[in-house]
Formats: sequence, C-alpha cells, structure tokens
Amino acid sequence: MSIYLNKDSKIIVQGITGGMGAKHTALMMESGSNIVGGVNARKAGTTVTHKNAEGQDVELPVFGTVAEAIEKTGADTSVVFVPPAFAKDAVVEAIDAGIELLVVITEGIPVQDSAWFWQYCQDKGSKTRIIGPNCPGIITPGESLAGITPHTITGKGPVGLVSKSGTLTYQMMYELRDLGFSTAIGIGGDPVIGTTHIDALKAFQDDPETKAIVMIGEIGGDAEERAAAFISENVTKPVVGYVAGFTAPEGKTMGHAGAIVSGSAGTAQAKKEALEAAGVKVGKTPSETAQLLRAVLPS
Amino acid sequence: MDLYEYQAKELFTKHGVPAPAGKVVTSVDDAVAAAEELGLPVMVKSQVKIGGRGKAGGVKFAATADDVRTHAGNILGLDIKGHVTRQILITPASEIAEEYYVSFLLDRSNRTYLAMATHEGGMEIEQLAEERPDALAKIQIDAIKGVDADKAAEIADAGKFPAEVRDQVIEVLQGLWKVFTEEDATLVEVNPLVKDGDGKVVALDGKVSLDDNAEFRHPDHEALADDTAGDPLEARAKELDLNYVKLDGEVGIIGNGAGLVMSTLDVVAYAGAKHGDVKPANFLDIGGGANAKVMANGLDIILGDEQVKSVFVNVFGGITACDEVANGIVGALDLLGDAATKPLVVRLDGNRVEEGRKILNDRNHPLVTQAETMDAGADMAAAAAQNASAQPSK
Repeated sequence: MSIYLNKDSKIIVQGITGGMGAKHTALMMESGSNIVGGVNARKAGTTVTHKNAEGQDVELPVFGTVAEAIEKTGADTSVVFVPPAFAKDAVVEAIDAGIELLVVITEGIPVQDSAWFWQYCQDKGSKTRIIGPNCPGIITPGESLAGITPHTITGKGPVGLVSKSGTLTYQMMYELRDLGFSTAIGIGGDPVIGTTHIDALKAFQDDPETKAIVMIGEIGGDAEERAAAFISENVTKPVVGYVAGFTAPEGKTMGHAGAIVSGSAGTAQAKKEALEAAGVKVGKTPSETAQLLRAVLPS
Repeated sequence: MDLYEYQAKELFTKHGVPAPAGKVVTSVDDAVAAAEELGLPVMVKSQVKIGGRGKAGGVKFAATADDVRTHAGNILGLDIKGHVTRQILITPASEIAEEYYVSFLLDRSNRTYLAMATHEGGMEIEQLAEERPDALAKIQIDAIKGVDADKAAEIADAGKFPAEVRDQVIEVLQGLWKVFTEEDATLVEVNPLVKDGDGKVVALDGKVSLDDNAEFRHPDHEALADDTAGDPLEARAKELDLNYVKLDGEVGIIGNGAGLVMSTLDVVAYAGAKHGDVKPANFLDIGGGANAKVMANGLDIILGDEQVKSVFVNVFGGITACDEVANGIVGALDLLGDAATKPLVVRLDGNRVEEGRKILNDRNHPLVTQAETMDAGADMAAAAAQNASAQPSK
C-alpha cells in the first residue's frame, strides 16, 4: 500500500516534448514508472522514445488532448511540466478530462491562476486530486514516481513523508534511507496549493503500510498550525515534524495584510509550538528530526 | 513586488478609484514648486515601502511654502525602519470628515481571496483586528465569480459603511477589485479611505503588492520596479537572476531549493551559537538544475559581501548534479585567483555526488574543505568564520 500513487498508476506527461518534460519523463521511466504517453497539441500523432527500467527503448505516443490520452491509454495520473503561462489551461484541461491525480510541477504560476483552477475544480465537483503547483511531485519507492524526486535515494519502507520543500524531502529521505518510505509527497511551496499537509496526513493515517509520518513545513501561511490541530484530533500514528526558516528575516516574503489574517501564525516558532502542543516532536535540524522519527517508529 | 504609495495611487486612478492628485519629487526645491502648482495646503509624504511612516515623522501637513521647505528637508533622507526616504509625495491636503478601511488580499488557508472592510478607520488595522475583531468585516470572495456590484454591496454592508457613502464605497470596491485582478495583485489596501469635506470618498493612502510570478503578462510593471532602495548586493544578484537575500552575519550560504537553504541558515545559526555567535550572512538558492555558471555567479556575490568570513555550500543534488556544482566552485575560485581569501566548506550529497567530491579532491584547493554531513559542514563553516573574525583584518 501507499498513498495516491502505486505500481498500477498509469501516467501521462503534459508537456512531454519540452526540455523539462523530456528530461523527467526519462527519469520517471528509468525509475520504473508506468508512463503511457504524453500530451502536446502541436505534436499530436508523433511519438517520443525513452528507456524503461530494464534499459529497453519504449515508444510513447503524444496525444493532442488529455481526454484523448485517457481514452487511448486508460491513464489515471498526469504530471504537468508546461510553462507558467500555459499551466492554468493545462490543469483545466486535465480536470475536464477527469484525471484522478494531477501533479503540477511547474514553478512560477501566477497565484490568481492557481486560485482560479482550484475554484474550478471545486465548482465542478471534480474527483481530480491536485498536487502542487511548484512541487517535486510524489514517489512511492519501488512502485512509481510522478514528479522529479530522485528515485535512487531510498526504497520502500514504513515512513510516510509530506513536505512543502523539494530538497528537504530529498534530504529527509536520505537521512532515513536505511528505513525507506511508503510514499513521499512534496505538496509545493506556493501560497495556493491543491493537496495539503492535512490531506496527506489523513491518507497516511489510513494507509496500513505507513507506520510513522514525517511532516516538513516552512515559514508563511498557517498550514502547519492547521495540520497540528488535525493531528491532535485525528492522527494516531506517530508524527515528527521539522520547520525551516527560524532565521528567515521578517517581512521579506509575508505581506502586511496577510499577517492580520493569520495573527501570530506564519513564523517558524509559532508553527513549532503549534505542532508540539499537538504532541508532535519537532527537530531543530533535519538530522535531529530523523533521530526523533527513529525513536517513535513502532518496532 | 511591493509598490510605493504614489505607484499604488496611479493604479487606483487607472482603474477608476478616486485618489488625490500628487507629485513625486526628490529635492526640496521641487517639493516647493510642486506644492505651489498643486495649491497649498499640502501633505508631504515619505515614499518608503514600510508601514509606520506617520509615527516616524515621515508624513507632515504643510500650510505654507516655508512649511513645505522645512518638512521636505527633514523627510528626504529620513530613515524609517531601515528604509531611507529618497522620494517624497506632495499631495493636496484633504479635509477629512470620516476615515474607513478596505482591502483585498490572498487568503492562503482557504485558497481564495478575502475582502476586509470597516467604517471604523483611522487606527492601526492590526490593532483593530486584535482588539475588536468584530468591527473588521472579513468576506470571502469566490476566485472565479470575483467582486461584482452585489458582492461589493455585501462587503460595504458588512463593513457597516454609512448610508450616504454606501454607493460610492461600492464603486470604489469594484475599482479596487479591478486593480487586484487586472494587475495580478496579492494585496490591495486602502488605509485610510476617507470621506472628504465635500462628502466624496477618496483613497488617501494605498498599498499594493504585485505577484512576481505574473510579471510575464504585465510588461508595464517593469517600470514600477525600483532597485535603488535595496541592498546593492541584492540588486546585483537580481541582475544575475539569483534568489538572494542579504542578512546580517558572517557565514555566507549557498544551497539549492528554498527549503534546504532556509534549513541551512537555521543549522548554521545553531552551530554559530557555539562559535562566537557567528550568523548566516545571506539566503542564496541556486535552484534546481543549477549549473557551473550559476554556482560561480553565486560565489561571486557572496565573496563580494565584506562581512562574510567563511562560506558554506550545502547542496543535495536532486535535479542538480553535484559535479556541476563542484565545477562551478573550482571555476569560480580559479577565476578569482588571489582575490579569493575566504574558506569554503562544501557539503555535497545526492545526484552524482562521487563525481562532485572527486573534482574537489583532485583540485585540492587550499581554501576548500569538504564536509560529510550538513550538520558537520555548518559547524566547520561557523568555526572558520569565528577564527577569521578573531584575527586582525588585513
């Protein structure tokens, strides 16, 4: 078991012919992900070739639309690499086509576009789960990778990980590489994101293979505080936390009026205190956080 | 990007929100000329991107040309919480009958927008939110439906605006919403919105933050950018397309990925507590897929910071290849030659780590030390900074 993504996931790549899309399609294929095709309206009908985990060439069809890709391949997951200016349309297209899991890697999407497609997804009552934008995606080691997380860091294991940050995800997977992970999900560092810490915590709580959870946050917003409240009410599995940005200068990224809405929330200290009040042990450093996880992991 | 008051008001005017006329000047003589042109009395207002200008003496009423001269002289160059006043806004002094507050902002928690409004203006809005939260109306906005006349009326009524200004406030709210959406803002705030002596509703101040991610569809916003107010190293980093923030410390930091770099600053600060309380000197994220050139540019910026005594390069290669990073370090050091005098601690892990470490080992540069872990690297860099600080400077 795992959350959101497993060996049966059939993945398409929106923007498969672009630089980023091609590079990471190759890496996903190498990791053993079941990539079944891609989308680029201008290159519909062509193919791209990448090597699979066994080193054999696989020809992947390029479709004109997500709907067509789903119809022809039975894809249930899409990874979006299209540039920021076209990301909103790409996401809306995938929602309209009824994709189940939509991983938006693209960095630099205007926040009003993200707020718009999030509202669109809600209004439609869509079943689409959006991860990101501006995220490394999701990996279920040994089964599937939908995103850009290096698949070579570690393998399958009992730890579930949810993080705002890509490189801290990699760092934590590396710290705990001897244990391995059920699923590691990077939810993204943008102000408006699809899947939240809370969504992932809930899914890890319900996943029998996940025995303990690492939650990584950073300054800004109040997602960690809300996650803390959720944990104290709903999560019985051990959770450890890490928050980055204790030394980050005030006011560099946070707007004045935004601070009104969240009160004292937004600082790393406030997040740490909220998590600790919910019984979550919070590490001062990534390595200390890894030690805390080892201590709480049920044997 | 945060805008100056005068820039915010220009956007207000563009979208039909009434705001008083004004002139931005940079000298006392121009201030007097502007005041005489606009007609006395005027307000002389410091243009800095920080709150609390009034309390700091940055906003003054001037009844005469002599007053303008005095106040402009005092305010030009005035340091308000680290922001030095280089421009002042001269604007006709309005008669204020009532003060209100309105804003639109991003509501991250609910993944949409929020309108905030109250007829009780004239005080710090944070204070009002804290002391009497009920007095500040907060209305959620549907990101697709936006703010039409009905929604604007809902906001005005929730903010309990008096009946005689209700229609004007509804107009103003719709105009401000246009500023918010059509300019891709993340914050539009008017504090105070006033009823003047003629019963007209006017935006007497303005604060606008624009979404940097939306720059690609607003070529005109480039003209609003002003790097002169910022730190020279930050300005240079921006030219090189580097994500750099100058801090007050001795250990220069280079890393990849915002989260890991923030974490590196923290870990260095903890290590610094054991080494003469040295602190991180900066935030510098060379990003995913950083190559040798980006690494060299980053090192160049950090070594240009005179406060820096040592440098900690902390890279976990996900997309970034460690050998590219190592080549960047070696290349930058070779380029700098004798000008490079500060010790570098380098911790590489992840993608192509063996190749990266080998490049550094082979080059065997006297200033470079490799660390096995992030914690060890932070400790070594902090110790090096402490040692360098203890020695008399050359």
